[in-house]
Amino acid sequence: MVTQQDSPYNWGMVVDVDRCTGCQACVIACQAENNVPLNTENLYKEQRTYSWIRVERYWEGEFPDVKARFIPIMCQHCGNAPCEPVCPVFATYHNNEGLNVQVYNRCVGTRYCAIGCPYNVRFFNYWEPVWPEALRNQLNPDVTIRSRGIMEKCSFCIQRIRRAERVARRDDRLVADGEIQTACTQACPTNALTFGNLKDPDSKVSRMSKDRRAYKLLDEKIGTDPNVIYLARVEEKAEAVHG
Amino acid sequence: MQQRRQLNEIAVNRELLNGALDTPAWWKWAVIGLASVVIMGLVVFGFQTNRGLGVTGLSRPVFWGAYITTFVFWVGISHAGIMISAILRLTQAEWRRPVTRAAELLTVFSLLTALSFPLIHAGRPWRIIYWILPYDYARGIWPNIRSPLIWDPVAIGTYLTGSTLFLYVALLPDLAVLRDRTVGWRHAFYTMLALGWRGNPRQWKLQTVSGILLSALMLPIFVSVHSIVSWDFAVTPGVEGWNSTIFAPYFVIGAIHSGVSAVVTMMALMRWLWKWDNFIRPEHFDALARLLIVVGTAWFGFTLVEILFSLYTLEGSELAFRDVQAFQWPWSFFFVSFMMLAFFIPVPMWLFKSVRNSIPLMFWTSIMVNIGMWLERFLIIVPALSRKTPFVYTYGEYSPSMVEFAMMAWSLAFVGMNMLLFARFFPLVPLFESKESQIFTMDMKIGRATIPAVLREQE
Repeated sequence: MVTQQDSPYNWGMVVDVDRCTGCQACVIACQAENNVPLNTENLYKEQRTYSWIRVERYWEGEFPDVKARFIPIMCQHCGNAPCEPVCPVFATYHNNEGLNVQVYNRCVGTRYCAIGCPYNVRFFNYWEPVWPEALRNQLNPDVTIRSRGIMEKCSFCIQRIRRAERVARRDDRLVADGEIQTACTQACPTNALTFGNLKDPDSKVSRMSKDRRAYKLLDEKIGTDPNVIYLARVEEKAEAVHG
Repeated sequence: MQQRRQLNEIAVNRELLNGALDTPAWWKWAVIGLASVVIMGLVVFGFQTNRGLGVTGLSRPVFWGAYITTFVFWVGISHAGIMISAILRLTQAEWRRPVTRAAELLTVFSLLTALSFPLIHAGRPWRIIYWILPYDYARGIWPNIRSPLIWDPVAIGTYLTGSTLFLYVALLPDLAVLRDRTVGWRHAFYTMLALGWRGNPRQWKLQTVSGILLSALMLPIFVSVHSIVSWDFAVTPGVEGWNSTIFAPYFVIGAIHSGVSAVVTMMALMRWLWKWDNFIRPEHFDALARLLIVVGTAWFGFTLVEILFSLYTLEGSELAFRDVQAFQWPWSFFFVSFMMLAFFIPVPMWLFKSVRNSIPLMFWTSIMVNIGMWLERFLIIVPALSRKTPFVYTYGEYSPSMVEFAMMAWSLAFVGMNMLLFARFFPLVPLFESKESQIFTMDMKIGRATIPAVLREQE
């Protein structure tokens, strides 16, 4: 058995819900970066759309005093992930950098991980994905195209992480804070998303995760220990709101 | 009361071998009909494999649907065999004798069908071999033994092996009878299968002992198979309606409920099709119905406790799931049908002796139970997934597509066709058990009535 070595990295993300305007730029950026299949009209009708990151919108209050609430949700890369132990073929497992990785080649498509995931951030390829001729050349060559019959999900843009790590190893140093930008953090106009190394106590995400607004989605309820930390919205009445 | 016709051994042979030696006229047409449904199912499966699982009605978040429901349904039916042949054998229930083989056979074929459903359900069935076999050893990757989906094939495989052995050991004396009454290739066929059975005392002793041992060995499987199937659901902390510790015993008792009902259905069919009125008698239906009253009521108790436990938490997502399950069309209709069909109509009816002794009524009530039990699994799986998490943004719906209905029809036809093919070559009612029961039965005179009394077998 190959044992996992200690890694200096534990990748995580901080989502400042207070900054999110619900503009969906992260969703589009992710779609383009990761070769996520196009959400056509048919997929909407069949309720089989893909969005590795989605911005959930909730309405609060009664008209005319209505407020829209937004929360971006992507794979939480749980430290204690419900999707991992249920996969019969180890197609999804936890790597030593804190990532919940999906091995497309190994997946047989039982969809058990998607059942286990309480965040509904896993997506199944019911059909073979197709792109219109005009979009063929925009596909990212660094990312595999997933065939039908397998699961896919947010990878924290593992291709960018690997590239940065390779460069850092070549220069014999660690990946610096802010060196890696996932597609969604790069695209976010309000800097609501921050990506970084949670193991480094001086990194931006580590400092932000100590904020008193910090909370983790569903962690209190089912103990998933996610690597994504949310910062609660600052209410006008100064009431802390939890997920 | 119940008058038995005492048959001599020649008559027993003649009547029970009528399926194997003189094929009834309807047999050919029934097999052709069922085989065409089976072929249709294979074609549909080919279509699904070619196009992808998009041809089903599955969606996000309802990733599991009719296929998994049907899988659980057939595993449930398979509990018939172990209940009838192992438990009733160990408890020396005399009335089990004519139904043991048919029940065991139903187990074997329903397990084969159940095993094929995860394959039909998977996104890449051609890679399914990785699922249960250790593979890629060079990199140290084994199947994930923490996953209940690994233990499903293990438990079902064990059960299938045990049941097949049990069926075969009990078939040996009858194979010898057939060997002695056939010529040509059939004679060679039965000679090979009969393993040199000559019916001497040592062979009888070995056969009896191995039967008892196999019964005892299969008892743990009785508990484990459906417990493991229930863990497929119970281990997921993310699904509100599934993550419950009561699931294992709840599923096991539900499986017995549907399995024993399936035996009743099958007995009625055997009685009509092969006219075995002398062997499958109203008293057998009476005994099974009494058993079903107990099992059905226990199962209903579990159902109530399961609903009560889950409502006790009063969590938003749990309430949303229960609301869909019981109050929203069309699930409300399924829920009421399930309650009526699986418990409220059949179980009170069985309280009446006239119902228990009426074969048509027993046939229809047992069919009802199995429709109800299929709906039960469907109601557990689909509404729970469609209202899975507190994120109302990802709620979804599901309805099975024609492809899924075709595969369900395939499973029914596959079991039926296999049963009929088996009946063409082997007696469905064990000859030696029937003869043994004739010996153990005595007519006792109590007052003016003559009552059949049964001696207990001496182990």
